[in-house]
Amino acid sequence: MLAEKLRLPLSPAGEATERPINIAIVAMGGQGGGVLTGWIVKLAENAGWTAQSTSVPGVAQRTGATIYYVEMMASLNGQKPILSQMPTPGDVDIVMASEFMEAGRSILRGIVTPDRTTLIASTHRSFTVTEKMAPGEGIADSPSVSEAVDVVARQQILFDMDALAVRHGSVISAAMFGALAGSGALPFAKADYHAVIEGEGKGVAASLKAFDAAFDEAGRKPEDRPASIAAGAPSDGVDKLPIAPSDARLLPLFDRIVAMPAPVQPMAWHGLRKVIDYQDLAYGEEYLALLEDLVGLDMLLDGGRYDHAFAENGAKYLANAMTYDDVIRVADLKTRGSRRDRIAKDVGVRDGQILHTTEFMHPRMEEVTGMLPAAFGRWLKQQDGLYAWLDRRVNKGRRVRTYSLRWFVALYILGGLKGLRRRSLRHAEEVAHRDAWLKKAGLHVRNNYLLGVEVLKCRRLIKGYSDTHARGLSKFDRVMETIDLIKHRADAADWARRLREAAIKDAEMGNLDGLIRTIRSF
Amino acid sequence: MAERSFAREVEHLRLGAGEEFRGEAILAITKGLLQSGVSYVGGYQGSPISHLMDVLSDAKDVLGELGVNFQSSANESTAAAMLSASVMYPLRGAVAWKSTVGTNVASDALANLASGGVTGGAMVIVGEDYGEGSSIMQERTHAFAMKSQMWLLDPRPDHACIVDLIEKGFQLSEVSNTPVMLQVRVRTCHMHGSFICKDNVKPAFTIDDARNHPRRDLGRIVLPPAAYEHEHEKIKRRMPAAIDFVRDHKLNEFFGPEEGKVGIILQGGMYNNVIRALQYLGLSDAYGNTQIPLYVMNVTYPMIDTEVAAFAAGKDAVLMVEEGQPEYLEQALNTVLRRRDINARVRGKDVLPMAGDYTAHVIMQGVQTFLEENDPRLLGNRPPVPDASAVLADPKVEKLKSMVPSRPPGLCTGCPERPIFAAMKLVNEDLGEHHVSADIGCHLFSILPPFNLGATTMGFGLGPASTSAFGAKSDAKRSIAVMGDGGFWHNGLTSGIGNAVYNKHDGVFLIVDNFYSSATGGQDILSSRADNANCSTNNPIIDAVKGVGAKWVREVDRTYDVAKMRDTLHEALTTTDEGPKIIIASSECMLNKQRRVKPQIAKRIKDGKRVVKERFGVDEDVCTGDHACIRLSGCPSLSVKQLDDPLRDDPVAAIDNSCVACGNCGEVSEAAALCPSFYRAEVIHNPTAWDRFKAKLSMGVIRKLQKRRLSSRLTLEAA
Repeated sequence: MLAEKLRLPLSPAGEATERPINIAIVAMGGQGGGVLTGWIVKLAENAGWTAQSTSVPGVAQRTGATIYYVEMMASLNGQKPILSQMPTPGDVDIVMASEFMEAGRSILRGIVTPDRTTLIASTHRSFTVTEKMAPGEGIADSPSVSEAVDVVARQQILFDMDALAVRHGSVISAAMFGALAGSGALPFAKADYHAVIEGEGKGVAASLKAFDAAFDEAGRKPEDRPASIAAGAPSDGVDKLPIAPSDARLLPLFDRIVAMPAPVQPMAWHGLRKVIDYQDLAYGEEYLALLEDLVGLDMLLDGGRYDHAFAENGAKYLANAMTYDDVIRVADLKTRGSRRDRIAKDVGVRDGQILHTTEFMHPRMEEVTGMLPAAFGRWLKQQDGLYAWLDRRVNKGRRVRTYSLRWFVALYILGGLKGLRRRSLRHAEEVAHRDAWLKKAGLHVRNNYLLGVEVLKCRRLIKGYSDTHARGLSKFDRVMETIDLIKHRADAADWARRLREAAIKDAEMGNLDGLIRTIRSF
Repeated sequence: MAERSFAREVEHLRLGAGEEFRGEAILAITKGLLQSGVSYVGGYQGSPISHLMDVLSDAKDVLGELGVNFQSSANESTAAAMLSASVMYPLRGAVAWKSTVGTNVASDALANLASGGVTGGAMVIVGEDYGEGSSIMQERTHAFAMKSQMWLLDPRPDHACIVDLIEKGFQLSEVSNTPVMLQVRVRTCHMHGSFICKDNVKPAFTIDDARNHPRRDLGRIVLPPAAYEHEHEKIKRRMPAAIDFVRDHKLNEFFGPEEGKVGIILQGGMYNNVIRALQYLGLSDAYGNTQIPLYVMNVTYPMIDTEVAAFAAGKDAVLMVEEGQPEYLEQALNTVLRRRDINARVRGKDVLPMAGDYTAHVIMQGVQTFLEENDPRLLGNRPPVPDASAVLADPKVEKLKSMVPSRPPGLCTGCPERPIFAAMKLVNEDLGEHHVSADIGCHLFSILPPFNLGATTMGFGLGPASTSAFGAKSDAKRSIAVMGDGGFWHNGLTSGIGNAVYNKHDGVFLIVDNFYSSATGGQDILSSRADNANCSTNNPIIDAVKGVGAKWVREVDRTYDVAKMRDTLHEALTTTDEGPKIIIASSECMLNKQRRVKPQIAKRIKDGKRVVKERFGVDEDVCTGDHACIRLSGCPSLSVKQLDDPLRDDPVAAIDNSCVACGNCGEVSEAAALCPSFYRAEVIHNPTAWDRFKAKLSMGVIRKLQKRRLSSRLTLEAA
């Protein structure tokens, strides 16, 4: 065989002449990928080309990932080209992705290659179930897709086509069609695209508006385009203190923050803001006093080596610890004017329309007891029969019509019970828990600065209401106990971080128990 | 009412001779049936055949004009049995379903039909759901064609070829007295293309003619001794007649040069991808002018031995391109060539993969290996072929592999099945995990995150039957079986419920009733609550269940009532009552409901009538970012968003504008005592004077109170 190969005359095998233009549309079910595909086919057919499209709707129609595929060709002498039914890796001219992770998936399929592919992708994210259901933060990293796009695409047109479409009262398929036209990847004039949309007969005006806007956007140079790929990530704007607080009562507190190391100041201001909004000025002073203890400890340990991470995290998590979620807080938030304005904007209430909201609340006796003066609350909890009887009265789902006078006044009064808060049973419990946590952080940070920081960060485990809150507390306790077992290890901070991350994910997906067993086996 | 209306497309069915049809292949197939003069059509929906069924039911008028009897069959077995009309009478008939699942269900009827044989042309159109995007087990219809001896047509993916083969298929069926199967792959069904039409044909012999002149012939009935005769007849008479017809009418095609050292034999369905593969290798142009001889089997069963023998004779080697396994064609080819002592080497699954999609890329690699080993000169100086391996090996792309999350299908926004599974998860928290046997249908998505419920799925309507082994009364936890209304009427009433009643099954049976056969596109069924001019609907499931003797039956007529759903399930799992515990959970499929209701609401608003539009929302400052609500929901409109607040680590829940206010999130957070961040926003359009008066009064007071509290609040400016 080899010998025969070597004697080959190697005459050309002929070229793959006259290839079609291949377009893959990667989308999610229900996004209108079929409509877009139909438009592209029509575009080609209007020009006298042969076009073929294929798809696999099947189960994918229910929000799953799916792919549409179009081949088109201006055929020679009226011959009929034979067109393929699936994209071939390395041989796709245009890939259109209606969502950013789907763009990533198309790259993994090998259909985006630097020698040929124009990638047109909307940068918005539609999170998958696994990303959404992850306790804590589970969102995939969009910048990784951007980096890959830079490597693989011959031409890239990336912007938020979903937002653009919404701005123009249309749907993403119209914007993507515009981006396709604006990319110049197909040899058709803008008017040809318009003709296709106009032939649709439905929603033409809105589609054309979105189309034109996307056309212009696609024609812009990438560097002129605002960076919009931060999808999901918090803004990293420069965080600075205000020059001075407008309210004179805040001036002494402001000065105390200014006295702290620079890296701590912005977080301390955020924290103070939240704590005062939660309760009052005096509570803000209490926050600063506690924070100053942490800052003092940080200075003592030469925290500058670590950008004062201990103090900065202290500022953050102390504020969260002090603003625990209780009935008063919820009632306060629900009755604010800004809240109603936000909802009105979200649902698009217009003049002449009336907005109501209904809350889905499920108070339990525990919440009520929590509001009572500490001693009385403790006593009541011990009266088993009475407590159970009361719980049966309280513990049920309630639909609250927020903006009916009766309910609003009730919530308003509840929200105004801040005066009772600091004497309440719940507050006593929260303060005890908070102090124990701060004490533990203080102990650890003296031996191992980074471990101290991790202990502060464990506060993140406590969140939610009722059962969720109880579960958070128990996870917090288990993590804390386990940290005590490893506090002498040099890599204790790493293990603490791993423990916390496992605990956050531990609702269904993580394995905190497994990790704890591993640590116990040391 | 089906998910998609084909009212516009149906007009294409009226196109006459010489006019060009442009559209989906599944419509072209329908047109092909009408051009062939069918008298009756039936079938069962399921991708990729749903569209065909929907087109036919939207095409009542056209069918009526032609005297075609259409029925949407109860299941594939019913459809196959419908073909028995062609046994005694010269009636042409066609039925359609998703294969291989539908063929499995139909196989008893098909075997009987094939044994006795047919007088009029009988055709089964199977949507071969194989390869990427398929929703079923990966098997081949080919086996059924062989075992019952029905001719299997596998046309090139080309509208003209498919339509032509439908017409020829009926003739083939008639000359050989054998039912034929037309196999069309998913991508081909949904392929957009064109062909030149012929006039529709009104059948000469009608259904009424048959009813008025009944015939019977004992020799056609599968009873001994006729049944023994049938087998011989199949081999001695029907098969040769079929082979002659296929050869004489050139149903299989030859392309490329007459002579060659090597050649390729392929299933018709593989043609486009084979041509593309050859194009990559520089051996064909875009129009299919190939430099390698091709033998395209538009008929894959029976194999025409004289044709393949002639093709292989004088060649060093032939490559059999046959998608799927086992490699029936390759085996048959070997037999033909060995018997005739033709020494062309048969290559196939040794250079091509045994399993999986034959994409252009896969075929290209196989053909390349085949040519390298058998006729390397053809590859010449090897022009570069498409190759993405360098790109895929780039570290930045590698990194994506572990990062891009999978996106499986899920329940739609507002789906009435979501609260059922949320309730099931809540019950699990109380009573522990149970063995859940799932069924085919939208509810099967409960197997996936976030619900993660369901251990097996054995076939449509067989969820309840799948728990048969767990039915004995004992102290152990009860099994739960789930079945949809579609599966219930398909066979579940007898195979599941009747069986459970008879055997005193102790388990729980949950029937999900969403008023349609939803997963297949929202077709009406017996228990649909819509009025249907052509069919009998509004036949409640509960009557059927009680009719077969079930005693413990509960109806939850609004599935969104999560607490009631949970309590009902709890009761079913703990009651001491004997026999099956049956829960019928009903609420309308939201996809269909929205399609029905949206235009009505828009009209009411436009007409100035009072309308309350609802939507759910999340108070972002109340939400703590735990996402427990999402783990009990998975609703597409319930997502997460990152707040611009440096104090918060985790994104909070958020509801987008696609929310249809089904109420699930509110009910779940209430039933599970999750958190108070959900609210329902109600916007009154065109409020009445009383509405306005009330709002003015209360909002006046509310705004005053809000202002009062705001003024007493100390607010710090943002950092």
